[in-house]
Amino acid sequence: MLDLLVFLPLVAAVGVAALPRLPDRAALGVLVGVTGVELALALGLWAGYEPGGGVTDSIAYERTLRWIPTVDSGYHVGVDGLSLPLLLLTAAVFFCCALYAWREQLRPRTFTALLLFLETTCLGVFASLDLILFFVFFDLSIVGMYFLIAGWGHGQAARSALKFFLYTFLGSLALLVGFLALFAGADPHTFDMVKLAQDPPLQGRPLAGGLALLAIGTGLAVKTPTVPFHTWLPPAHTDAPAVGSAILAGVLLKMGTYGFVRIALPMLPEAWRTWAVVAVVVGAVGILYGALVALAQTDLKRMIAYTSVAHMGYVLLAVGAAGMTGGTDAEARTVAVTGAVTQMVSHGFITAALFLLAGVLQDRASSYDLDSYGGLSSAAPRFSALFAVAAFASLGLPGFTGFLAEFQVLAGSLGAAPVGVVVALLGLLVTAGLFLWAISRLLLGEPGRLTGRVADLRPSELAGIVPLLALALVLGVLPRPMLEVIEPAAAAVVQLVSR
Amino acid sequence: MSLLLLAALPALGGAGLVLAGPRADRVASALSASVALAALVAVLGLGQQSEQTVPFLRGLPWRLAVDGLSLALAVTVCVVTICVLLSVPAQVQARRGRLCGYLLLFLSAVLLTLTARDLLALLVGWELMGAASYALIAHDLRDRRAVGSATTALLTTRALDVGLYAAAGTALAGAGSLALDELPEMTGWPLQLAALGVLAAALGKAAQLPVSFWLSRAMDGPSPVSALLHSAAMVAMGGYLLVRTAPLLAASGWADDAAAWIGVITAVALGVVALVQTDLKQLLAASTASQLGFVVLAAGVGGTAAGGAHLVAHAAVKSLLFLAAGLWLHALGTKQLDGLRGAAVRAPVVGVLAVVGLLSLGGLPPLALWGSKDAVLAAALERSPALYVAGLLATVLSAAYAGRALAVVLSSPGSRRRVRLPWTAWGPLVPLAAGAALLSLLALGVTGARFEQLLGADLPPVEPVGLAVSGALAVTVLALMWVRGEAVAAALPPAARDWWHLEAGAHAVAVRPVLALSRVLASFDDRVLDRAVMAAAPSARRLAARLARTDDRVLDGAVEGSASAAVRVAAASGRFDLGGIDAGVTAVAGAARRLGAQARRPQTGQLHHYYGQAAALLAAATVLLLIGR
Repeated sequence: MLDLLVFLPLVAAVGVAALPRLPDRAALGVLVGVTGVELALALGLWAGYEPGGGVTDSIAYERTLRWIPTVDSGYHVGVDGLSLPLLLLTAAVFFCCALYAWREQLRPRTFTALLLFLETTCLGVFASLDLILFFVFFDLSIVGMYFLIAGWGHGQAARSALKFFLYTFLGSLALLVGFLALFAGADPHTFDMVKLAQDPPLQGRPLAGGLALLAIGTGLAVKTPTVPFHTWLPPAHTDAPAVGSAILAGVLLKMGTYGFVRIALPMLPEAWRTWAVVAVVVGAVGILYGALVALAQTDLKRMIAYTSVAHMGYVLLAVGAAGMTGGTDAEARTVAVTGAVTQMVSHGFITAALFLLAGVLQDRASSYDLDSYGGLSSAAPRFSALFAVAAFASLGLPGFTGFLAEFQVLAGSLGAAPVGVVVALLGLLVTAGLFLWAISRLLLGEPGRLTGRVADLRPSELAGIVPLLALALVLGVLPRPMLEVIEPAAAAVVQLVSR
Repeated sequence: MSLLLLAALPALGGAGLVLAGPRADRVASALSASVALAALVAVLGLGQQSEQTVPFLRGLPWRLAVDGLSLALAVTVCVVTICVLLSVPAQVQARRGRLCGYLLLFLSAVLLTLTARDLLALLVGWELMGAASYALIAHDLRDRRAVGSATTALLTTRALDVGLYAAAGTALAGAGSLALDELPEMTGWPLQLAALGVLAAALGKAAQLPVSFWLSRAMDGPSPVSALLHSAAMVAMGGYLLVRTAPLLAASGWADDAAAWIGVITAVALGVVALVQTDLKQLLAASTASQLGFVVLAAGVGGTAAGGAHLVAHAAVKSLLFLAAGLWLHALGTKQLDGLRGAAVRAPVVGVLAVVGLLSLGGLPPLALWGSKDAVLAAALERSPALYVAGLLATVLSAAYAGRALAVVLSSPGSRRRVRLPWTAWGPLVPLAAGAALLSLLALGVTGARFEQLLGADLPPVEPVGLAVSGALAVTVLALMWVRGEAVAAALPPAARDWWHLEAGAHAVAVRPVLALSRVLASFDDRVLDRAVMAAAPSARRLAARLARTDDRVLDGAVEGSASAAVRVAAASGRFDLGGIDAGVTAVAGAARRLGAQARRPQTGQLHHYYGQAAALLAAATVLLLIGR
C-alpha cells in the first residue's frame, strides 16, 4: 500500500503526459482525483498504523527490494511515527493545491504531470529507509520544483528557479558526501537507514563523525533553510506560482528538518551531542533573525518566506536541545522533539494556506506590496477572515497547531538551552508584531490603491485554503490523535541520540 | 471533562454568532445573553470542583478545578457579561452579532483561565483572552486608530506573556510538571525564573507600571468592551493570577515584595493620571489600573481574601461606570468631561446609577470599594507601614478623581433638555449598581466571614479605627473636590495627562530600536549574505574562464608543443642517422677499399721483386723460429 501511495502519482503523470490530446479540464480533473485518492490512501495508512516506537523498530508497511546489493542499497521503504505525519501532510497539501489550481490556465496538462511527479518525489523522500533512495527522491524533488517555478512563475522566475536549483543541489551534494562517510564508516558497509540507526557508524571516532555531521548538517541546513544559507528562499517564493510556493514551504522545507531527526540524530549520536550547541545557536538566531527581517519587508510573500525561516528555527532549536544531554531530563527533551515534528506539520498547513492566500493577491492585482492594499476586510471579507485566521495561527495562537508546536519546543528546550529559548521568545514576540502589522496594513483601515481589484475568494480557492486551516484548528484543539503517533517516535529519537 | 465543557459552551455560542455574520445582528444581544446566563447557571450548579485532568500533551494534561476564588470571580464575570451583552443594542449600532460573539469567546477564555490549575491550560486561556480583546477593541475595522490601539494592547500584553512560556519551561525543567501547586516547591533558578515569568505576565495583563499605557489605548474600543474587559475580566485576570500564585511569589523571596510595591506605586501614579484626565473613559481607565494596583498589593502581602473581595467589588463598580459613560456618549455625543457637565441631571436615571458608582469608586462608606480597599490596606499594614501609607495616599487620590467626576456630572448642565433613555438601555446597569452599593459586605461582618470561608483565606481583622479613618478621608476629599476640584487638577504635573509618557517611552525603548534593527538586518541579508552567495556565480564563471584559458594555453599547448618537439627529434635522428651511422659505414667501406688498393701494391709482375719478397719472408720466419725456441 505504501508503494501504491508513492508511485500512483508518477504513473498518473506518465499517463497524462502520454496523452497529448487530453483536454485541459480533464487533466486538472485527473490532478484533483489522483491527489484525492492519495489523501485517502494516506488516511488509510494512518488508520492501519499502530503507534509504537520509530526509527529503529516499529516500522509499518515495510518493504525491501534488491537494487544495488554490492553497497547494500535497496528499495527499502516504511512508515513510522516520524514519517507518517509528514506523508499525511504531503498528501493533504497536494490535494488542497490541486483544488486551488482548478482554474489553472497555463499548460494545464504539463502542470498536472509535473505536480504529480513532484508528489511522488516528496512522498518518496519521507517513505524511504535507504540513504541512496532518499537522495534520489530528494534531488528529483529539486528538479520538479525548478520546472514548476521556471515554467509557471512570474517576475524573474527563471533566475530565481536557477538560484534555487543550484543552491539546494549543492547542498544535496554535501549531503551525499555525508552519506558516503556514513557508508564508509559502517561495518558492514551499508546505506540502509534502519541498520545505520541501530548500529551507528563512526562511534568513537570524533573527527570522522564530526566531519560527516558537518557534511550532512550543511546539506540539510541549506534545505531547511537555516541562517545563513537561506537567501535562496525569498526570491524562490516571490517568483513562484501560488501552488509552487505552497508546496515549497509546506513540503520541501520539511525534507531538511526531517533529515535531522531521521538521519543526523540517530546515526551520528556522539557527533550530534558534541555539536548540538551549534544547532541551538543556529535555531535561536534563525527564529529572531527571520522574524526581524520579515518585519522589515513590504512584499507579502517575502515576509512569509522569512517567517518560514523563523519557524524552521524552532525545529533546529528543539533538535539541538535534544542533543544536550548533560544534566537534563529525557522527558523534557522528548517534549521538545515532539514539538519539532509537530512544528513541521503545523508550519506545513499554515504557511501553505498563507501562500495560497498571497497567490490570490497576485492573481487579482499582480502585486504583493503590503502598502498597496488596505481595507480588504470590506472589499473581500472571506479573504480577510481567512488571512486573519492564518496570521493568528502562524503567530502561535492557542487553538491551532502552531501554539502546540512552539510551546512544546520552548518548554522542552528551556532546561537544556535557556539562553536559546530566551532569544526564541523574543523572536516569538517579534513574529506576533509583524503579523499584526500585516493584518493592519492589508485588511484594516482605508482602502489602498489596489484594493478595488481584489474580488473575493472563488470556490476553488476557498476549497484549497479552508481545509488547511481547518486541519490546523482541529489538530490544535484535539491533538491527541496526531501526538499519539509522534510522541513514541520522538522518545525513540531522544533515546537514540543519547547512546 | 465537565469543567472543560463549562469553558467551551460560551465559545461555541460565540463562534456561531461570529460566523453567522450580519444576519445575527438583531438577535445577537438576547441570544448571547442567554448563553452567558446558561454559563452562569452552570457555574453556580457545579459549584466547587476538585481537580479534573484533560489529556493534552504526553505527561502534561490540563488540570482544571474550581475553588472559592475561582467561583467568586466566575460568578462575577458571568453576571457582568450578561449585563454588558444586554446593553449592546443601546450602545453599539454596527455588527452587533460579531461583537456579542467575540464577547462570548472572551467569556469562554476567562472561564478557562479561572479554572486552570496548570500553566498550559492557563496559557491557552490567557492568550485566547488577548486575541479576543484584539478583535473586540478593533471592532470598527475601518478606524485606523482603533486598529492601532488593538495592536498596541495585544503586543504589549503579549510581550509580557512570554513570561508564562518561560515559567512553563522552567517548571518542566525544575519540577517535571506544569501544575501551579507544584511551582512553589521548586528551588534555585527554576523557582526564580518561574516567579519572574508569572509576575511579568500578570502585571502586563493588569496594566501595572510600566505598561499601563495599553489600557489607555484600549479605550478606543466600544464602551461595552471596556465595561467587560477593562473592569471585570481581562485586567482583573492579571490580579487574579497574582492572588492565585501568591505562594509562588512568597517562596521566591523577592517577588511578593516586588508585586506589593509595584502595585502600590501604580495605584498612586495612575491615581494622579486619573485626576488630570479630561476624557471620562481615560479617567476610568487610569482608575482601573490604579484599583488593580490595590489588588496586586493585596497579592503581594498575602491578602488573598482582601484581593478577591476588591476584584469583585471593582468589577461591579467599574463596569457600571463604563456602561454609563457609553450611554452618555451615545445620548450626548461626547465623552469629554467638559461636554458631560450636568450629564447626571440631564439623564436622571443613568445619573443616579452613575453617582452610586462614582461614590463607591471614591470609597465612600458603606459602598462597595470602601470595605474591600480597607481590607487591602489592613493587610498591607501587617507587612509594612510604608506600604500602608502609600496605599492611603492612593485611596485619597481615588476619592479625588471620583470627586472630580462627580462634580462635573452633577454640575448645572449647559442645556436644560432632558434626555430620555429607554429602560432597555439603563436596565442592565441596575444589578451592577446594586453590587456597587452592597459589595462592601464581602469584607465585613457575617457576609465577610462567609466570603472568607468560601475563599479559604482570612481577611485581616476588622479595625474600626482604620475603617473610620478611610471613611473620613473619603468624605473629606470628595467634599474638597466638589468645591475646589479644578484647581487641584490643574496643580498636578502635566506629564500625568499623557499617562506619564509611558507609551512614548515604550516606543523609544522597545518599538523603534526593534524596527531599526529589523531594517538593518534586512539590508544585511540582502547586501551581505545574499551578495556573498550571488558573488559566487560570477566568481565561478571567472574561474571557469581562467581554467578554459589554462586548458587552451598550457595543457593543449603542451600537447601541441610535444608534437613539434617530436618532429624536431625525428629530423635530428634522421640527420644523425644519415650523417653519423651511415657515414661510419661508408667510411669503413672506403677504408676497406684503400686497404685493398694497398694490398695490390706488391703485385708488380717483376721477378726480382718476388725473389726479394720471398727472401724477406724467409729471413723473418727464421728469426721467429729462433726466438720461439
